[in-house]
This record gives sequence, structure tokens and C-alpha cells, in this order.
Amino acid sequence: MTAPNGFLTGRGYSHERMAAAATTERDQTIVIRPPKGFAGLGVADLWRFRELLLFLTWRDIKIRYKQTLLGAAWAILQPFLTMIVFTLVINHIGRIKTPIPYPLFALSTLALWYYFSNSVNLTSASLVGSSALITKVYFPRISVVLSPIFAGLVDYCLAFCLVLGAMAYYSFAPPLHALLVPLFVVLAGLMALGLGLALSALNVSYRDIRYAVPFVLQLWLWASPVAYPGSVIPERYKLIYTLNPMTGVIEGYRWALLGTGHVRPLHLGISIGTALVLLLGGALYFSRAERAFADVI
Amino acid sequence: MSSELAIEAHGLGKRYVLGERGRSPLRRNREELWALRDVEFAVERGNAVGVVGHNGAGKTTLLKILSRITAPSTGEARIRGSVGSLLEVGTGFHPELSGRDNVYLNGAILGMRRREIKAKFDEIVAFAEVERFIDTPVKRYSSGMYVRLAFAVAAHLEPDILIVDEVLAVGDASFQRKCLGKMGEVSNEGRTVVFVSHNMAAVRSLTSKAVWLDHGRVAADGPTGEVVSQYLASTIDEEVSGVVDLRENASRRTVSKYTAQRVRFTSVSLLDPDDQPTLAFGEGAPLRVDMRFDVREPVRFLELYVRVKSTEGQRLFSSFAGQIESTIYAGRYRAICEIPENPLRPGRYVIELVARAADPEDIVPTALVFAVEAGHLEEENLRYLTTADGIVRVRSSWSGVERDELPAGTLEREPRLVGP
Repeated sequence: MTAPNGFLTGRGYSHERMAAAATTERDQTIVIRPPKGFAGLGVADLWRFRELLLFLTWRDIKIRYKQTLLGAAWAILQPFLTMIVFTLVINHIGRIKTPIPYPLFALSTLALWYYFSNSVNLTSASLVGSSALITKVYFPRISVVLSPIFAGLVDYCLAFCLVLGAMAYYSFAPPLHALLVPLFVVLAGLMALGLGLALSALNVSYRDIRYAVPFVLQLWLWASPVAYPGSVIPERYKLIYTLNPMTGVIEGYRWALLGTGHVRPLHLGISIGTALVLLLGGALYFSRAERAFADVI
Repeated sequence: MSSELAIEAHGLGKRYVLGERGRSPLRRNREELWALRDVEFAVERGNAVGVVGHNGAGKTTLLKILSRITAPSTGEARIRGSVGSLLEVGTGFHPELSGRDNVYLNGAILGMRRREIKAKFDEIVAFAEVERFIDTPVKRYSSGMYVRLAFAVAAHLEPDILIVDEVLAVGDASFQRKCLGKMGEVSNEGRTVVFVSHNMAAVRSLTSKAVWLDHGRVAADGPTGEVVSQYLASTIDEEVSGVVDLRENASRRTVSKYTAQRVRFTSVSLLDPDDQPTLAFGEGAPLRVDMRFDVREPVRFLELYVRVKSTEGQRLFSSFAGQIESTIYAGRYRAICEIPENPLRPGRYVIELVARAADPEDIVPTALVFAVEAGHLEEENLRYLTTADGIVRVRSSWSGVERDELPAGTLEREPRLVGP
């Protein structure tokens, strides 16, 4: 085009200059077909869009406490206030005795529990919460499920600082095998991811999930040895206690960090096994449901 | 021109199941809707292709399949090269985040790399004209600023294939023109563009080929000019003959106690230069409105009006016959109103007929719907204006743009002779 084009483009933005920076994947051919069977989770695409995952995680961290008075203090207040309630109810009224000071005992596992339960909560709502994105642009949908799990680690670290503070207060020295703590955090994260994949995809079709998840998580907290040591479980509830996949994670975590209680291989095995089954099943279900997200959401 | 295909689609189809989404396995006989059916088309690398069609013709569904947002039910599409799709501007903008953060986030969502965004950041902000507010949360932006920033990010996408859905329908006129310019640049760079729009002027100026979708199928495919003309011709579906009978047509007329009905329009048609009834005119072509009416009782001071309105009902202009002072006796009459050069932009328009004496006699708000098609206007300054610049078009001429050599504050064109 001649003169009028110059007129339209105004300031003549140079594209040649930018062309070098552009990422071109000329030879890549995308084939779009009706999906059959289990499509992949798009791991290759997830890698291509890794920066998006980074940005989504960073967004989740940045907006979590926007326009709140207390800001990130909420990450500490949640486990701290729960610990106070637990100390009153379980320790003073319920008279459950622990080998180490109860506030420290409860606080340490609460930090992990909040990481797990917030992750499950946020991931299960993630796809529906991103419906504006999902219906308007292509990206690996698993990114929005992953980002709260990564973003939650920041809250966990803040809460962990509180645990360190409590250790200092009670002059408690953690054992050497406290170095194993990250492994249990990762295990909790994987468990949340497996659940999150399945629940977020289910939530797209059935919004019942939104009501069920917070409720079930509340019950689950009481079924898990967060507020009490495993030793107080009566014999007749032992089976349920053993089958709870969070038992192994929490017992192991407490053992690693505080050196109290034991890691029972059976409990840990059930935890790891459940996490793997959830991850696999969640991923399969997610990849199958993914194709219809934009149509159903 | 390279003959290599950037996009190929074979037998693409998309089926939706209608009804409430509770997915009860008990309900079996649910209605199906094919939003797309057997769609075949190909786009050569570096071409810009327009997709036109009525609302609900499947245009957006096609774009969603090509941009991998939703999967097709049948068929296959092959896309060679990286794809950037713009079905909306500002996808993923978060109101709590600052303009700066949103540029990065939105860029990443659209598939840009961080260093790419970083390299273009200043350009994006300058394009959007929001330099002063870049660190303010976008929820505090005016809607204009928000849209400008969102579009600026999108406009700096550099995929091999750009898929765009009607995003130009945003922002003020000058910004729209800027975006059209930017898109023009994109298609000139050898990038493949697929562009959906209801703005036929934009489709014509930006694309060389077009696909017309009708009820999910490809109705026509070829050079933009031809396809758009065919599509526009199809939009005039009501009157095939071009002559509208107004005698029995209660739906077109305001029958009310406010009209005396001594005068009653019986038919109306638009005539082309050969006196043939037609419903499609070129831009700038003469319009002749041929109306016939019955007079039942003698009427004095009859006034006839032809009003041209937009399909939304806004009156664009009227033509008035002047008051006819002599008495018109009962009988059949005919009048022709001629507009030598219509000032209308491409689109659909409505003709309203009004007859009144002391009181309104007859009012036919939707006497006839006709179309103005984009024609080849000779004047470049007319061709490049879009509907965003105004509903009507007038001829105008400009003096050449010259450097203003006069000292500031002097308004005179000619240097005045100053006496000694």
C-alpha cells in the first residue's frame, strides 16, 4: 500500500527490528483432530509454555493478599490462630499429652496441613476460575492447576518461619534428619496435585465440587494426626487411621522435623502409593476431560 | 507468492449437544447442533484471509478450533508455524495487577517469551499511550486505557499465523484506525492472518481472500471482493423481487389511532439507473425511491418524507417533498424521490415512509431494507475511512499539506504587504 498506509500506521513501528527477537517455529506442524482415547497431558507444550507457568504462579502469589490489610501476615495467622484453638481444646480440655510442647507440636504439622488443604482447595477451583482464559486462548490447561501448588509453597515457607520461631521460643533443636522435611512437603504437594487434577476437571462439569471440597477437607483434618499424635488413636479406629493417605505424610513430616513419633513403612507406603495412583488417575481423567473444557465450562 | 499452505482444513466439523449440562446418563435423545460441517479450506503462507458470515454461522467456532481452544468433532486441520490467537483483547488481564505486570502476564498467555516482551515493552506502552499509568492497577484504568493496553500487547504478537476475531470492535475511532494500520502492517510482512469480522470494509482492506460461512458450511471461498459481495447480497433475504407490497403488511406499518389513513402507501421499491427494482447499491450510487400510495379522501397540504435509517433505527437523513398545497383527490398516485449520490457506507439500511397533512396520515417505519456494498471509490481519502469514522461519507478535498512558514500568531494565508 502506498500513501494511505503511511497515513494509517502513523508512527511507522519498525517490525524488522523486532523480528530477530520473535520466536519462530516455522517447521512445526500442528495437527488438529478429534481426540481419541487418552491424549497426552501436553508435557511438551507445558515445557514450551514454561514461562506462562512461571507468570501464573507469580500472579497467584502477587494477588493472593492484594487489598487486604494484613497482607501476607494471613499466611502466618491462619496456622497460628488454629494452633491457639487446638492448644485450648485438644491440649487443655482434651488433655492429650505430647512429648514436646503442644503449641510447637501442632504448629509444625498445621503449616504442612494448610499447604495441602489450600492447594487442594485452590486447584480444584482453578479451571473454573480461569474460564475466561480457557475459552479464549490455547495454553496447556494443566498450567492453571499447577500454579497454586507452586504458589502455595511461599505461604508454606512463611508458616515454616513461624515454626522456627516457636522452636527458638521453646529452645528446641531439630534433629539432623530434619533435612528430610522437603521430601514430605513434596509428597503433600504431589498428593494435592493428583487430587487437584481430578477435582478441577470434575468441577468443570459438576459444580458440586466447590461445596464438597472445603467440607471434606475439614473432616479430613480431624481424621489426620495434625492436632494429636497417632498414639492416641483407639484400636478400633486403627484401620481407618492407617488407610488415611495423609497419615504417613504427616507422621513422617513430624518425625523428620521434631523427632517424635515414628515413620511406619506401612503408613508411608500407603501415602506414596495413594499419591502415585491419584497423580496417574488424575492426569488420565484430566487429559480426557481437557478436550471439552472450553465447551462445557 | 509462496504456494506453501499455512493452514489446511479437511472436513472439519463441530457438534454441540444442546440442553442442560447435568449429563444425566438417563436422558438419551438429546438434540445435536452442528456448528461447523465439512469445512474445507486452505490458506497459503503469507496470505490474509477474512471469514465472513451471519451471527451463529460458525465463524468463532472455526477460529476456536484453529487456535486449539476446542477440539473438532470430525475432520482434521494442519497448521504449519506458530499460532497466535486473539479472540478477545485483554485475555487474562488481572484487575489487581499493574499495567506493567499485566503486559507481562498477558504476553505470556498469548505465547510470548519473557525476553520478547521485555524487548517490546516500551513500544507496547507507547502504542497504548498509558506511560503515566503503567504502575497503576488496571482496575483504576478507564475502559479506553484498558482496551488500548490490552490491544497494544496483542498487536505486538509475532506468530507465523495470527488468528483474529472481531477485536477491532473496541476502542475509540482513532485507536481503531491505528489498529487497522497495525494489522495492515502484519499482513504485509508475509504473516498469515485469519480475520473474522462483521466490518466488511475492514475485511476488504485487510484481506485478499475470504471464506463465507453459512450455517456451519463454506458457502463461498475465493477473492475477498467476490465473496463479500455474494455474502452481502445474501443478507438481503426478505424481498426477492425488490418491490415491497405495503397494502397488507401490518408488521411494517405503525397502525395507530394517530394516523388518519386518508393516504396509504401501497408499495415501495428502489430503482437502479435502468429503472429496475434492486435492493443493493454501490457506495455513492444514486438512490431512487419509487413509492405508490392511495388517497381515499381529498387531502390538502400533503407532505411526503423518505427517511433513511440505520438498522438500529437511528435516522441518518430525510428527504422532504415539500408541502403540496393543491388538493389531492382520491385515487392512486406515484412519487419518486431521487438522491443523486448516496452518502452511505457499506451496510444495511432501512427506508421509512411518512405521509402527513395537518396530522400524520401514514407512517411505515420499516418500508424497505436495502444494502450498500463497498464499491471502488476513486478517492483514496474515502476508501480508507471506516464506519468508525462516521456513518455517512461526504466528498471533500484537502489542500496539500505544506510547511507553515508564517510566524506564529499570524493567521493570514498571503503575506500582507507592509507599506514603508
